[in-house]
Amino acid sequence: MSAKLEALSHNLQKHLGDRVKSLKIALGEVTIEVDAADYLSVMQTLRDEPELAFEELIDLCGIDYSVYANVPREGKRFAAVSHLLSIARNWRLRVRCFAPEDDFPSLPSVSSVWNSVNWFEREAFDLFGIVFPGHEDLRRILTDYGFVGHPFRKDFPISGYVEMRYDPEQQRVTYQPVTIEPREVTPRIVREATYGDVENA
Amino acid sequence: MPELRNFTLNFGPQHPAAHGVLRMVLELDGEVVMRADPHIGLLHRATEKLAENKTWIQSLPYMDRLDYVSMMCNEHAYCMAVEKLLQIEVPLRAQYIRVMFDEITRILNHLLWVGCHGLDVGAMTMVLYAFREREDLVDAYEAVSGARMHAAYYRPGGVYRDLPDSLPQYQESKWKSAAQIKPFNEARSGSLLDFLDDFVSRFPKLLDEYETLLTDNRIWKQRLVNVGIVSPERALQRGFSGPMLRGSGIAWDLRKKQPYEVYDRLDFDIPVGVTGDSYDRYLVRMEEMRQSNRIVKQCIDWLRQNPGPVMSDNHKVAPPDREAMKSNMEELIHHFKLCTEGIHVPEGEAYAAVEHPKGEFGIYLMSDGANKPYRLKIRAPGYVHLSAMDEMVRGHMLADVVTIIGSQDVVFGEIDR
Repeated sequence: MSAKLEALSHNLQKHLGDRVKSLKIALGEVTIEVDAADYLSVMQTLRDEPELAFEELIDLCGIDYSVYANVPREGKRFAAVSHLLSIARNWRLRVRCFAPEDDFPSLPSVSSVWNSVNWFEREAFDLFGIVFPGHEDLRRILTDYGFVGHPFRKDFPISGYVEMRYDPEQQRVTYQPVTIEPREVTPRIVREATYGDVENA
Repeated sequence: MPELRNFTLNFGPQHPAAHGVLRMVLELDGEVVMRADPHIGLLHRATEKLAENKTWIQSLPYMDRLDYVSMMCNEHAYCMAVEKLLQIEVPLRAQYIRVMFDEITRILNHLLWVGCHGLDVGAMTMVLYAFREREDLVDAYEAVSGARMHAAYYRPGGVYRDLPDSLPQYQESKWKSAAQIKPFNEARSGSLLDFLDDFVSRFPKLLDEYETLLTDNRIWKQRLVNVGIVSPERALQRGFSGPMLRGSGIAWDLRKKQPYEVYDRLDFDIPVGVTGDSYDRYLVRMEEMRQSNRIVKQCIDWLRQNPGPVMSDNHKVAPPDREAMKSNMEELIHHFKLCTEGIHVPEGEAYAAVEHPKGEFGIYLMSDGANKPYRLKIRAPGYVHLSAMDEMVRGHMLADVVTIIGSQDVVFGEIDR
């Protein structure tokens, strides 16, 4: 572990204390996990504390954990993962926060901390259905006007539910149920832990 | 007194200055923009969802189609993220080739940008010159990958193949005699490196020519200077990166600050703007082309002297060569497994970012150990820059909206994904 990552994790523990639920260092990246209740205050500290100095929010995205590793999920389903960058200190951080409820995932908006999150939160709402109370303008952003559902959830089929075509009789574009069958060329495989272990075979 | 109301104008999605399918609802007070509401997503193809249903290597060509004017840089970020998860080393020669093509891509991108930005603002000639030089560079793309745009040349573990020793030549036809095509073929008679060497020696002079057209041009300056000013504080708050951030006076470049591949061995400078207006961003991008030219030159010199492998020899990741595959059982099995099931990437998550011509282009990959990504998130610089549109155009005239869209250098392939 490099000195920089060590300094960062030390500073994180010093300023966030037990608000950090877990701190992991892997592949040269630091990931922390926080509770939804602490989320906003943690983000505020991360930006304002000069020893952390995360001036920029690079990215925020939603994640649906429901079929992770092809096994039924026990913990919470939706999370928002943000990537922060400090220009002054030249380090990065990943913050993960699980939404407390699966049926109505909701996390406080951090748009007051970083304005750049505005469209990222709209995107996470659009694609995953995570709502961000405190966001001033939470509309759909990438999908069509009048789209129904949240397409990046794992239970949403890749072909969708409706398709669009031009109807020559009505002389306008109409929607109809999809006519294509989803087709999987290469199956998704998660190998068991002992795969290729010749000694135990 | 009659009641005065703001006028709402629908801009795009089919508008030549919208650089693709941008629809903007503009609220105007006279000719002054009070509010801009960009509607995006008209080109949304759900690349991230598609990638979850494809093996790691199958989703690589989708990356070309994100920002379709800087194709190889997108692939680069994706390959770096996969390599980070796999924790494999890329051969040094492949790293140099990648850096060289990243910089070629930067020149390609900025040339297209300066041409189209010129068109939007009224400098019609620029686009003709820019496309003349782009032609040579897309030929270099074609020489290595077979495609002029969507190359799919970088692969996890290296690049697809080594640089070619010869280039296709112009052929004599009933319209062009042998004497007429001779000058076209002069630079193409050697290897690809000779061809690029010829290009980098010509290019600085051509850049000077562009600058005589634009930099001190009175109309150009009237349209750009003090339009769309972003202060350094606001630029950070809005998540800017790349030329947009440097135009605002923050010397931040991933190639210098968090060097990847071989950027720490190369000599180049980072241009920084002062006022943060559209004109500064123009100057920054022009200077970046000069610096990219320098980097390409250094890579050419290194690549001439250092032959070597361009692909990792880890056959769990990169396929073995054809000859070995045909004669060796072990290699055949590897080839079969790779081409049917694909790479298995260990469980974990990684974020890899490159200094893309437009800003920080990042790929966030999450693997659950399968032969397909569990989640792929593309962090597109244009998406963040466009989200600042409302803030940047407020209080400007309608005609300045076009300048600001141009100076953000937006491409809808990456914004809508």
